[in-house]
Amino acid sequence: MTEPAADELARIVREHAGRLAAVLVRLTGDFATAEDLVQDAVVSALERWPVEGMPDRPDAWLFTVARNRGLDLLRRESNHRAKLAQLQWPLRTEPDDRLRLVVTCCHPALPRAAQIALTLRVVCGLTTAQIARALLVPEATVAQRITRAKRKIAEAGIPYRIPTGDDLTERLEQVRTVIYLVLNEGYLATADRSHSQRLVGDAVWLAAFLRELVPDDPETVGLLVLARLHQARADARFTIDGRIVLLADQDRSQWDRAAIEEATALLARAARRRRPGPFQLQAAIVACHAEAPDWDSTDWEQIVLLYDMLFRLAPSPLIRLHRAIALSHTRGSAAALAEIELLAGDLDGHHLFHAARAELLRSLGGTEAARAADERALGLTANPAEQALLQGRIDWAGETNPIG
Amino acid sequence: MKYVLMFVETEQFAKDLEAMAPADRDRAYALVGQWMATHTDKIRGHSKLMGPHTATTVRLDQGAPVVTDGPFVEGKEVVSGFVEVDVADLDEALGMARTWPGCPVVEIRPLES
Repeated sequence: MTEPAADELARIVREHAGRLAAVLVRLTGDFATAEDLVQDAVVSALERWPVEGMPDRPDAWLFTVARNRGLDLLRRESNHRAKLAQLQWPLRTEPDDRLRLVVTCCHPALPRAAQIALTLRVVCGLTTAQIARALLVPEATVAQRITRAKRKIAEAGIPYRIPTGDDLTERLEQVRTVIYLVLNEGYLATADRSHSQRLVGDAVWLAAFLRELVPDDPETVGLLVLARLHQARADARFTIDGRIVLLADQDRSQWDRAAIEEATALLARAARRRRPGPFQLQAAIVACHAEAPDWDSTDWEQIVLLYDMLFRLAPSPLIRLHRAIALSHTRGSAAALAEIELLAGDLDGHHLFHAARAELLRSLGGTEAARAADERALGLTANPAEQALLQGRIDWAGETNPIG
Repeated sequence: MKYVLMFVETEQFAKDLEAMAPADRDRAYALVGQWMATHTDKIRGHSKLMGPHTATTVRLDQGAPVVTDGPFVEGKEVVSGFVEVDVADLDEALGMARTWPGCPVVEIRPLES
């Protein structure tokens, strides 16, 4: 028995909880009951392991607790109980078990918020309390989402089955979207949300897990690379007191160069399959930044090109906005501003639109207009670190130009 | 499991159907007939409802029964028909709904067993 650190604990639970849930669901055919048993086992592990030390076989420990709890809870005559009673360690896992588990959690008949909560709880083994802290929602809300989702799975006849053909392609897209949202939630989290920052690690783990299950899928690799590139640079994104450090000002010696190299090599291998997709392209754009030794050597031409390709695959005004920002580095602020003004109709309610506009206006000497745009942006974001950054720009502009 | 697929019409769909040339409308109906034939082993029954202008609603939650003209929700989307199907699970019902060639919205509900 050794004393586990919190990260280590999360890693071990992640490694084993989903596997155990997958086997129990297959054997009992009852998603809700199996999931409850695993959750109970995880909760007692998190209570007891830090006190009693880590068991030699954490997976066997979780299994025994879940099994005994099931035998206590289930009625004597129930079919599930009989199956549980016969269950012996070590468990026989089938490779499809875990894929079946994750595609069920991400079934399109479940609301997105429930897909996220279920995936984190069932596949990653997070507790309801951990999910609530990470997503900044009340624990009762998360519990309710999970309860409702499990009821719908049972009552609406959502099958515990891996779809085939096009249906599988579509479902994997759902799973990737869920993982991407988990990543974003962690990535956007400011330093005062340390519980949310763990989600980047969860997303990296989920993407790696999905890739193991569908190794030939280049978009899953794209998502994994994207997640790893964010993780590799996470430490440089905030100052110690929680302020955002813009990409241009980040201390690149804090980036994990080895992880970046490994991730970009993975992306290059996936690209050889010649099946580009939005995640591979997004990862390629982030890779352009991550590989640049400093801000001045960023390959903006390449980035503009990648945004063009991304826009063709997944047209959206936000992608055009990002392309225009990249364009300001290749063709100048005026050309970029002209592009951005075209998006006013679509993005007037989006803080990034006004913040980007402010920056271009400022570089063209329009101090007052820039300040007004920053103020619009400030009113549209709820993220405290972004608010601080914008407020800083507004204050700074005020000081240097006291006549205004 | 048994499900009902409820077919929901929108105002636009009804207008479009009305504006169709007779030959086009016949083709649209033929597609629906084909869909029914393809899934005939799963379909336990089906009905097409008459239009919402024929609906009468009775409310029983206001003391004495209140009878009013029209569907219970006045909206742009109205249920126009349904099929009851017997299939393995929701995915199979979804597969049927995805290929439905008629009106633009389908709601799937399991039946209580």
